[in-house]
Amino acid sequence: MTYALAIALGLVAGVLAGMFGIGGGLLFVPTLIALGLGHHEALGTSLLAIIPTVLVGTWRQARYGNVRWHAAAVLGIAAAAAAQGGVALAVSLPDATLRRLFAGLLVLVAAQIAWRARQRES
Amino acid sequence: MRLVLIGLVAGFFSALFGVGGGIVIVPLLLFCGWDSRAATATSLAAIGITAVSGVIAYAIHGDVNVGYAALVGLPAAVSVAGATALQQRLQTRTIELCFAAFILAVAVWLFVK
Repeated sequence: MTYALAIALGLVAGVLAGMFGIGGGLLFVPTLIALGLGHHEALGTSLLAIIPTVLVGTWRQARYGNVRWHAAAVLGIAAAAAAQGGVALAVSLPDATLRRLFAGLLVLVAAQIAWRARQRES
Repeated sequence: MRLVLIGLVAGFFSALFGVGGGIVIVPLLLFCGWDSRAATATSLAAIGITAVSGVIAYAIHGDVNVGYAALVGLPAAVSVAGATALQQRLQTRTIELCFAAFILAVAVWLFVK
């Protein structure tokens, strides 16, 4: 049952990643926590789960000629370096603190999506 | 130079929250005058590189569960392919508001957990 839920949420995460251009990680992290992983393990596992999703997404977008490869390389390499700092900070913080930070992030994203939807209406 | 700054912010953020970093990269690229399709597509490619770096760092700490990653990551890889086509046909405003409400509920759950 739990596994079926995990697979269903994985499917939903992929749809959202394609439709809104936001990473599947936003849903992967809460899903993995619901499955019983600790917050640190949920973060590392979420990042691994993101890789197949972005590979497929990038492949699809590249076919439409939407990917600017040079910019992607510059962004990606800078981000890869900074990610080491992010991991170092995350592993030094307790699970509960990370969970509240993540919840705060979700509230911000929800507000941003709702704002965007309202803007398009007017 | 701006791209390097965006990348640095996104990478730190990505690793700290276990997300791709697209929620940082896409708005900032749009702010720099990119069109949304190029911003989303380029962000996806950049996230791939970032995620590999983050995974390696978490793996060193023993915080990567390959089985669970496959359990949620592989279905997502399948559905992301169809999502772009779906986006053209659906009324996205309703979906966006439902999604916003859903992640608010998830946020509340994480707060009280």
